[in-house]
Amino acid sequence: MTKNLSAIVIGGGHNGLVCATYLASSGVKTTLLEARETLGGGLSKQTLRDGTAVPGLIQTHHSLNDKIARELKLQSTPCEPLPTTLLSTSGEHITLMGDKVSGAGVSARDISEYRAFREEYLSYGKALKSLMLNTPPRLKHFDWSDKTVFAKLGLDLRFGLGKAGLNEFLRVAGMNLFDVLEERFSSELLKGGIAADALFGNHAGPKTPTTVLPMLMRLFQETGSTASRQVAQVDNLAGQLAEAAKSAGVEIKTSTTVHSVVMDNDKPTGVMLENGDILNADIIVSNADAKTTFLKLVGARNLDGMFTHRVTKTRTNGDVAKFFATFDATPKFTNLSQNASSGRFLVAPTLMYVERAFNHCKYGEFSEAPVLDIHLTTLDNGKSLLSANAMFAPYNLKQGWEAGRAAFEDKILDILSLYAPGIASQVACRELWSPTDIEKSFHIEGGHWHHGEMAIDQSFMMRPVPGAGQYGTPVPGLYLCGAAAHPGGDITGLPGRNAAKQILADLKGRR
Amino acid sequence: MGNSNKTYDVVVIGAGHNGLTNAAFLAKSGLDVLVLEKNDYIGGATVSRELEPGWFYSNCSYVCSLFRPEIYQALDLGRHGLEIVPLQGSVTFSQSGDYFGSYHHSEIRRREIARHSQRDADASIRFDADLMKWCRLIRGMLLRTPPDPTSFKPRDFMEFAFLLKKFHELSEDQIYQFIRFFTMSIAEYLEEYFENDLLLAHFSGGSIIGTGLGVYSPGTAYVLLHHAMGDVDGNVGSWGFARGGMGAVSGALASAFQAHGGEIRSGAEVAEINVSGRTATGVTLASGEVIKAKKVVSNLDAQRTFLKVMNEKDVPPDVLTRARNFKIRGSSGKLNIALDGMPKFPTLPEGSPLTLGHMHFTDTLERLERAYDDWKEDRWSADPYTDTLIPSQYDPTVAPPGKHMMSVFVQYCPVEAEGGWTPEKKDAFGKTVIDQINDYSPGFKDMIVHAEVRTPKELEEEVGLTGGNIFQGELTLDQLLFNRPFPGYAQYRGPVRNMYMCSSSNHPGGGVMGAPGANAAREILRDLKRTDTTPEDFGDD
Repeated sequence: MTKNLSAIVIGGGHNGLVCATYLASSGVKTTLLEARETLGGGLSKQTLRDGTAVPGLIQTHHSLNDKIARELKLQSTPCEPLPTTLLSTSGEHITLMGDKVSGAGVSARDISEYRAFREEYLSYGKALKSLMLNTPPRLKHFDWSDKTVFAKLGLDLRFGLGKAGLNEFLRVAGMNLFDVLEERFSSELLKGGIAADALFGNHAGPKTPTTVLPMLMRLFQETGSTASRQVAQVDNLAGQLAEAAKSAGVEIKTSTTVHSVVMDNDKPTGVMLENGDILNADIIVSNADAKTTFLKLVGARNLDGMFTHRVTKTRTNGDVAKFFATFDATPKFTNLSQNASSGRFLVAPTLMYVERAFNHCKYGEFSEAPVLDIHLTTLDNGKSLLSANAMFAPYNLKQGWEAGRAAFEDKILDILSLYAPGIASQVACRELWSPTDIEKSFHIEGGHWHHGEMAIDQSFMMRPVPGAGQYGTPVPGLYLCGAAAHPGGDITGLPGRNAAKQILADLKGRR
Repeated sequence: MGNSNKTYDVVVIGAGHNGLTNAAFLAKSGLDVLVLEKNDYIGGATVSRELEPGWFYSNCSYVCSLFRPEIYQALDLGRHGLEIVPLQGSVTFSQSGDYFGSYHHSEIRRREIARHSQRDADASIRFDADLMKWCRLIRGMLLRTPPDPTSFKPRDFMEFAFLLKKFHELSEDQIYQFIRFFTMSIAEYLEEYFENDLLLAHFSGGSIIGTGLGVYSPGTAYVLLHHAMGDVDGNVGSWGFARGGMGAVSGALASAFQAHGGEIRSGAEVAEINVSGRTATGVTLASGEVIKAKKVVSNLDAQRTFLKVMNEKDVPPDVLTRARNFKIRGSSGKLNIALDGMPKFPTLPEGSPLTLGHMHFTDTLERLERAYDDWKEDRWSADPYTDTLIPSQYDPTVAPPGKHMMSVFVQYCPVEAEGGWTPEKKDAFGKTVIDQINDYSPGFKDMIVHAEVRTPKELEEEVGLTGGNIFQGELTLDQLLFNRPFPGYAQYRGPVRNMYMCSSSNHPGGGVMGAPGANAAREILRDLKRTDTTPEDFGDD
């Protein structure tokens, strides 16, 4: 039924690869175009100025949903689970590993409460399964699949969670992390760590209402498989996805930048490349963010004015900078065993620390005391690499990133020095990618981790904007398959998979 | 009075406006109702108090806009002396010496917007139309009991069907826009319409009043509605002054209640709700006196109700936890100022009508948000948002001839100012506010005859609002509709038989609205199988 049809996927990020693989597996002649030399987007390896190879934008992730791994026949290499250590200046660090908390300063009550908390929120995640693994249903003109999704969601919520569970879910779903965590835990360090982990990539502090949502989205990933219950170091996921795409028959062209979508009477017929070449296809799928897709590739002249207005107003400015530092010898963190010095560390000592760090970015300033997600590895040449996600670093920095870059690097090192005295003087080479750098090198408008804020008004059937919330767009034959579409960012592959399913269903209907 | 053998049909704890509304409807249906009030005066936070001879301060709530016209009519409050004078317009002064005036007349208002930005003037047509749409949708839900989303009872199903039908009347795109409106921050919502900083600041102010949120906090766009859906004389979105101050509202309610045979006892603090065999039997006063009643209604906020006047053993443990976790942090302060004359605002043209309305002195979103950042740190805002009104321009009964009374609502003010309030801190807080006004009204300071400074602490101590929260519980998504005050207790019934709740801690929440009181009365009459005396929503048009 899908024979003799062709599709072009714009962008070889992980969602683009996933989507292309599904399409090609179903017999659609699929071509994937990637502007960069490497595939995988944020997952692809990068090189620093001093020649050091680094994992790229993403340092750790949960493994892909079992369903996707199975359907794409990925060789799932069991990934090494990575404990997360919450750093404390007093040296009383806390380590999180799955459902377990350990550390000198943690009370027995917090330990058992953490287990209960995880269990409860994972059950909410599970109850949302039918919403996450399908095209978000429309809210008025339901078709059969919309009704099925709604019915399954309703049943999972009412009977999966039970009366008390549903009551509590409906309460916390609209809450902020600050109040939720204050209700449950006493350790400041634990609360700060949980909040920071949930907030990375978003323009929000723990006191921002509805911040339970990004935490739920992240926890949903953990319900996908037993392996995904742990955060894992990035291995060769990009390579595996590229292999899967190739063996499914996807034609991949790297270093091929798309200039625009070619339109003929309001219908896309193909794409024009930067070099002027035109490639034709029946279906165009964009892994790019919504602003790039609609405002740059399609162009406002081909769209309804109100729709363009809404796309323009989506919140897509990133708040996370990436910081790298290399060391000739492994830097020493206070009170961490040698063994623990490769791993994942969070600097978010209290909820108010995170909130104060967020305050600055509302006004176009970077945090005086940033929140850090640190990853330490030993390089092949024996050197040590520290890579860190640092928030909050606003895209629209008032002083501009050229002027502010060194100052923010210094702030990061000042904070690191509190936990690893003397670290600043040991740095061999350092490099910071601001959201503006990320925008440029990864082609993400605003440099946003999730291609747009993961807030309720930009989620589900409203992601990226109403009218384009079911992977299809107002341009018939043009689809979204990236993090700009439901269920959004992080490394999940879900937008890619759900988009492919929707495209195939539409093609089937067309025939 | 005080006949200890007597058993009342209903005893209502607290003579705030919701307690009185509730009691009035119950008395109207022929029940024998007693209202108990701990203070020597009635009204709760709906009062007019003469703290300086000649001046009557509405020293808590200060404008009347949300009060349901259906209740006004059903209780015939006009005949009981309540007169509401519509109040016109509002103004925000900018630091550059300009101002934005929001006039009542829509054409003049649009011209004023165009003076600042032509594009915003065009957008304001779309903005007004959208806002009115949401107002009408929400207004239809105010005088109804929220359904329980976990219940399988036919009644809850019917209520959900009603709500779904309301939504189904909207187009698909309107449904999405409504959800977005409900979950967005006021700043981001407004930025979808407007571009001018002064306008953005002006229109966002109403959304933070009384909340523990900032202009960039999701969920604040909805609060705009909470302040825009009231109506005076059928004009949706209008605000008004009660002639004689807010005490006139509670006075009229009390008069209506008494006309139906109701009884009010002030100076009678309730110490405990008496429960026997999981059934409420009456109350014990602080004096030790026991009053028997077949039904007990609490107009206290949810924390006071569940944690103070109820005995711990009468409340299920999970409900106790819910009550302790109820979010009820105060965030607002107030200054009530007696003035020797009418202050001058040289920024405004001579004879401008804008002093008749709300006056604001914060002209950017950043200043508003920074005011919130202070509150998060338990500090009062160094550069606060104020809602300043001079009601004596309309109502000669609240100040001596030639003199004026000014009401300054201040956002934000913490429950505890970094380690607790002291008289010095209170003075410093008052000075911060007065200095800000003085910047725009030279000589203002010298006109002050008397100023009362109120922090959330006074609201808690005098009125009895926990944490000094003016809405008796924050208006965030987790505490709205069927979640208010907490899941499973949103239908006005308490944890024991024959006990009810009618305060603003219940749906549809705070403001001098009367709806929680009327809704609770409807549930009580329903349980008693008596004729419903509470009004239905007027509906639109």
